[in-house]
Amino acid sequence: MTANVDHGEEIRARVEAAFQAGRPLVPTGHGSKRFLDSDREGEVLSLAQHRGIVKHEPTELILTARAGTPLAEIEAALAEAGQMLAFEPPRFAGHGTLGGAVATGLAGPRRPFAGRVRDFVLGTRFVNGRGEALRFGGEVMKNVAGYDVSRLMVGAMGSLGVLLEITLKVLPRPECERALVLELGPEEAFRHVAAWEAEGLPVSGSAHDGLRLHLRLSGAESAVAEAVRRTGGENDSPGFWEALRDHELDWFRNLDGPPWRVVLPAGRRLPEGLAKRVLADWNGRQLWLDRVDDPVRLEEAAAAVGGSLMRFGACGRGGQRRPEARPGRERLERRVKEAFDPAGILNSGAN
Amino acid sequence: MKDRKGPIKDRKPLASKRKHKGLAASTEWAILSAMSTDSVYRQEDCRFEYDREDLVGRLGSILDDPQALITSEEALRAYETDGLSAYRELPVAAVIPRSVEQVCAILRLCQELKVPVVARGAGTSLSAGALPHPQGLLLSLARFNRILEIDAERRIARVEPGVRNLAVSEVAAPHGLYYAPDPSSQIACTIGGNIAENAGGVHCLKYGLTVHNVLEVTLATMDGELVTFGGAGEEGPGCDLLPAIIGSEGMLGVVLEATVQLLPEPPCRRVMLGAFETVEQAGDAVADIIAAGIIPAGLEMMDGPAIRAAEDFVAAGYPVDAAAILICELDGMPAEADAQVERVRAVMEDHGAGEVRVAADESEAQRLWAGRKAAFPAVGRISPDYYCMDGTIPRKHLATVLARMREMASEYGLRVVNVFHAGDGNLHPLVLYDANVPGELERTEELGGKILELCVAMGGTITGEHGVGMEKINQMCVQFSDAEREQFLALKRAFDPDGLLNPGKGVPSLNRCAEFGAMHVHGGKLPLPDLDRF
Ligand SMILES: Cc1cc2nc3c(=O)[nH]c(=O)nc-3n(C[C@H](O)[C@H](O)[C@H](O)COP(=O)(O)OP(=O)(O)OC[C@H]3O[C@@H](n4cnc5c(N)ncnc54)[C@H](O)[C@@H]3O)c2cc1C
Repeated sequence: MTANVDHGEEIRARVEAAFQAGRPLVPTGHGSKRFLDSDREGEVLSLAQHRGIVKHEPTELILTARAGTPLAEIEAALAEAGQMLAFEPPRFAGHGTLGGAVATGLAGPRRPFAGRVRDFVLGTRFVNGRGEALRFGGEVMKNVAGYDVSRLMVGAMGSLGVLLEITLKVLPRPECERALVLELGPEEAFRHVAAWEAEGLPVSGSAHDGLRLHLRLSGAESAVAEAVRRTGGENDSPGFWEALRDHELDWFRNLDGPPWRVVLPAGRRLPEGLAKRVLADWNGRQLWLDRVDDPVRLEEAAAAVGGSLMRFGACGRGGQRRPEARPGRERLERRVKEAFDPAGILNSGAN
Repeated sequence: MKDRKGPIKDRKPLASKRKHKGLAASTEWAILSAMSTDSVYRQEDCRFEYDREDLVGRLGSILDDPQALITSEEALRAYETDGLSAYRELPVAAVIPRSVEQVCAILRLCQELKVPVVARGAGTSLSAGALPHPQGLLLSLARFNRILEIDAERRIARVEPGVRNLAVSEVAAPHGLYYAPDPSSQIACTIGGNIAENAGGVHCLKYGLTVHNVLEVTLATMDGELVTFGGAGEEGPGCDLLPAIIGSEGMLGVVLEATVQLLPEPPCRRVMLGAFETVEQAGDAVADIIAAGIIPAGLEMMDGPAIRAAEDFVAAGYPVDAAAILICELDGMPAEADAQVERVRAVMEDHGAGEVRVAADESEAQRLWAGRKAAFPAVGRISPDYYCMDGTIPRKHLATVLARMREMASEYGLRVVNVFHAGDGNLHPLVLYDANVPGELERTEELGGKILELCVAMGGTITGEHGVGMEKINQMCVQFSDAEREQFLALKRAFDPDGLLNPGKGVPSLNRCAEFGAMHVHGGKLPLPDLDRF
């Protein structure tokens, strides 16, 4: 067990020295998501030692932890208080830190029903590219003082600052949870789930593996019981949702190379036949594709419906793709990057 | 606030306007107007020099509709203030463009001539966010009032920025859908203004603020370029600037289109009321309801004076002897909502609630809400003027802060009425005053500032949903360090290098804070040193 220590000042000083020397840094947590941006160059700045829960106030629904804190530790503490991280961050290879989860902005199966990662970020403490330790947002639910810099950190891959501490809104763990499988084709399944949701059934997961719908219901005992009466279905194999979240399903074990990830706007679909194997999460909004015959066609199809596409876990440059080139937006993103990191020392290959 | 009839800042009410008018034709206008001493704007924010005739002439040819360009003082009066009517300022001109192309051309022109631009939706801002700049152009989005698309199946609405908040829920209603953020001003305020302020409402406790419900925004930048943020690209690795746009108070760009998510109406709603003998008991009950793992759809609190004012105004059937009431809405599947009602009842009773009432039907539920919704105007009837604050604190300190505020108010010889989003810890103390009593305005403002500093000291923030605007700009010096404010300013420069969008608001300059610090808090000394730190 590593001691929980605050290395904030040390980290800040290292960033400041790097800023003065113009030396690039690569902040990393456990390295479990390093494959997402493996073309970053520079001196590794490990946050793994900067860990520990700083504050958990169950009655305030908030938790503050250092960036290097393992997700498992956070989730265990929350579970003890009957709470959870509603965005269900994935833990690849069993690892993963809070800082990594926020920096990548990746959410798990509950995302369409509970919210994005950034929806739960209330405040951050980080070191910008000048080596200044800054704090934005806070520990309260509503806060509009100044620009929402904390939420800007989500998904930024550490390119705007080295995250030191994050305050999250946490939610009560549902009283009851049921995992079911239903014999439905994908299209039919997504339609049903959308209708169930509109009727107020407490859906908290909807994934289709090509054969069957996996449905998760969470909420009050009475609501889940009523929901199961309406949806029908058989019990799912235990652990399905954690395995889906962490990419440990057989589907991921049988990959033929890194999978493609497509995220679609609500209610949009991709045409059939773009890949031999498709695993759909988020009620059809997040797709994992394996054995894609024609990546260009896939890219065009995703762009046509406003979807975003990336090769997940591909090594080397060009592994990631943005949905479409948007010059005005990229120019602003570059300027914002400069506003936080004028010397370009933080994760320069990442964005 | 609307009901704050007397001007606070504008102590020599017409002086600045007279100056403005008299010098409008002068070539030295820009410089002289910057020197007016009675403006709420600082000199450093009024150093724009350009040829007014040139600006007006070129605006005229962009708009090619005489009604869309306003330059007469009389007509400009309509824009001189917003929901914080104590601050008044006349712009050089106001424009009401019709098309995206016109907006972009106007922005390009203002960028070229270096003319400040203040965007305006419905003008309901409570922080003087839409207050015109004395050297600037007022850009009204009133004609961008079309709902472009409602897709019930995808549960989205695509709207122009001038669409009223309530209009979105109205067109969604036939599909069993609604737009969740519901500010009390929702019949008037616009989606563009909501995005600029990250507006909240009664149902944000469970369903989120504007930032949680807006999916995509198209913004015109100061150089007249259109940029879209958000969408599916926002899910996962990759920077997306949408969170910076939401709540940016018109300082980063002009919102020209937004896609918002719509939520299905819940299967059932239960509304209940609990009455308490002390405000502290009610405050503690709020913290414990949330602590019990219940997230109500809404959880609002009103104190005694607010209860009585509302009752006199709309006869909601409130218990007028209570020191505080909580109004709580629970939704979900019927059995679930009913079970939660019982749990909330138990918490309220544990905290000494004398009466707990559950609305028997929809009309009673609406009546319980009606008093809350009418509370601000109701308070307007019992006091010549009032001033609405907007700090947020951790819920567990509600009881302490409410008690402390009462003490502070009596130190200032003023009364404070509380009606607020208790579940979120978002306070709206209304300080009652009479602008005609000499000195009351100043005391009110000072008390207001102290209340905000108390919120910061308790681990909270100076604004939960109304924005900083012009009003709370000094308190930004208390909440943020120099380096943090400088980071805000750097972000601003990334979008608007010349500082033309809503200058002088939102983020104070180092100079301003130095001055404010000299007369106020200083040298790392926190305000209210007598308070325990949390
Ligand atoms: C009685 C009353 C009750 C209120 N209740 C609430 C409440 O419950 N919750 C809450 O959050 N607020 C509340 N408010 C405050 C106010 O209604 C909100 O801040 C609202 O979002 C402002 O919208 P608006 O259209 O009136 O914007 P305006 O007042 O016109 O402008 C507000 C700010 O937004 C900017 N802006 C406007 N449109 C655009 C655009 N298209 N692009 C870029 N910037 C733009 C302006 O420059 C300004 O800085 C209340 C106000 C009143 C008077």
